[in-house]
Amino acid sequence: MPPATIGVLALQGDVREHVAALRALGADALEVRTPADLERVDALVLPGGESTAVSLLLASSGLRQPLEARLEAGMPAFGTCAGMILLAREVLDGRADQQSLAAIDLTVRRNAFGPQAASFEADLDVAGVTGGPLHAVFIRAPVVEKAGDAVEVLGEVDGHPVVARQGKILVCAFHPELAGDLRLHELFLQEV
Amino acid sequence: MSESKRTTGTDRVKRGLAEMLRGGVIMDVVNAEQAKVAEDAGAVAVMALERVPADIRRDGGVSRMSDPALIEAIRGTVTIPVMAKCRIGHFVEAQVLESLGVDFVDESEVLTPADEAHHVDKWAFTIPFVCGATNLGEALRRISEGAAMIRSKGEAGTGNVVEAVRHLRSIVGDIRALGSADDAEVYAWAKRLQAPIDLVQEVRASGQLPVPLFCAGGIATPADAALAMQLGAQAVFVGSGIFKSEDPARFGRAIVEATTHHRDPQIIAKVSRGLGAAMKGADVATLDQRLAERGW
Repeated sequence: MPPATIGVLALQGDVREHVAALRALGADALEVRTPADLERVDALVLPGGESTAVSLLLASSGLRQPLEARLEAGMPAFGTCAGMILLAREVLDGRADQQSLAAIDLTVRRNAFGPQAASFEADLDVAGVTGGPLHAVFIRAPVVEKAGDAVEVLGEVDGHPVVARQGKILVCAFHPELAGDLRLHELFLQEV
Repeated sequence: MSESKRTTGTDRVKRGLAEMLRGGVIMDVVNAEQAKVAEDAGAVAVMALERVPADIRRDGGVSRMSDPALIEAIRGTVTIPVMAKCRIGHFVEAQVLESLGVDFVDESEVLTPADEAHHVDKWAFTIPFVCGATNLGEALRRISEGAAMIRSKGEAGTGNVVEAVRHLRSIVGDIRALGSADDAEVYAWAKRLQAPIDLVQEVRASGQLPVPLFCAGGIATPADAALAMQLGAQAVFVGSGIFKSEDPARFGRAIVEATTHHRDPQIIAKVSRGLGAAMKGADVATLDQRLAERGW
């Protein structure tokens, strides 16, 4: 079997940090902008960025339907920050017409900590990640308000889940790709 | 599960927000209705101001920070980050913007400078700043003062991309040339650029600025945005170009799509088709005042 190709959704956001993280772990990373790109990947990372803009670009790029179909068929996915919002079942404080991919049974609140002045760094214990706490960078970050029974919560802030997993879908509210700590990427690649 | 103490306002958090805007379009808006149109079009952030640069040029007079009521109305309308401009060196305007919950401050040459010798000490703030630059030395001086993002200045309010191209080519070209300097030459580079040696060495080693490089000042069409991206910008600011066009909603959307798909001429052609008139624009040679000459 050839090695897996990991896509990074490259419509907008901090794509290159994820590509660099995946390559540092020896994975074959590919930027995904079109349905043809999506066909070439075995798993997909949805990076940080603005979820409203990415949501519109998913539609205009013709990616929304094929992506929904791939997720439905069990493709592993890892969403950070905006990526978590896009993968969630329900979005609070979003735009009225914001469509999520509903790949993980979460209700998330956008920009839950307030304006940029409240963005922060902290060390966070994450279940399933060994070797000490993860350094987490939260930027205008979302939190999980409600998690379905099938969801495994791996990390919390203020009693709100910020790292969660359901089957092959992994999400976090912060940016492991900015902190140079690749352990969540490793956890994701184990699923691929 | 536990969490350590939170730290706000770090370099990583400030530059991190700039990273999140990469590949996107930041649109100038003068009221809540325009902010909504911008968000609907796919903007990653809006710049809240009282007049777009084309009107600032036309009206003349002293141009200052916007009315807090206007900024609050825009903040209340959109869910995306809100930026606002302070005058060069006017740290009290910046303090006011931070107190209003603005996400990013643009210390901007589009407004009338308040200090002829000093830019704002941006390290003193929790929120990030973006500053304009016409060349690599200017960019590194702004970064040394704490800027978390650099935008090439271009010539705001003209709808003419020529100055943006000049400034981007200058910055990106010098980064490339610096990369081939040897250990002795790097000191001459620092002298020529009038920039701190540690930043010059960092750029030489990494082949890029320590903060994201965006493009501003004169982008008026989807092809202009894609040109800036192909020349090395990581995102674009569009000022007068959207709301001075015939159909701002369509223009905004087309510029957003062209920015994402900037290497795909077929998509740029598709979004440009039947778009109507772009802003009229101005020949830079006929301008009374070059805004890019403000700041140093």
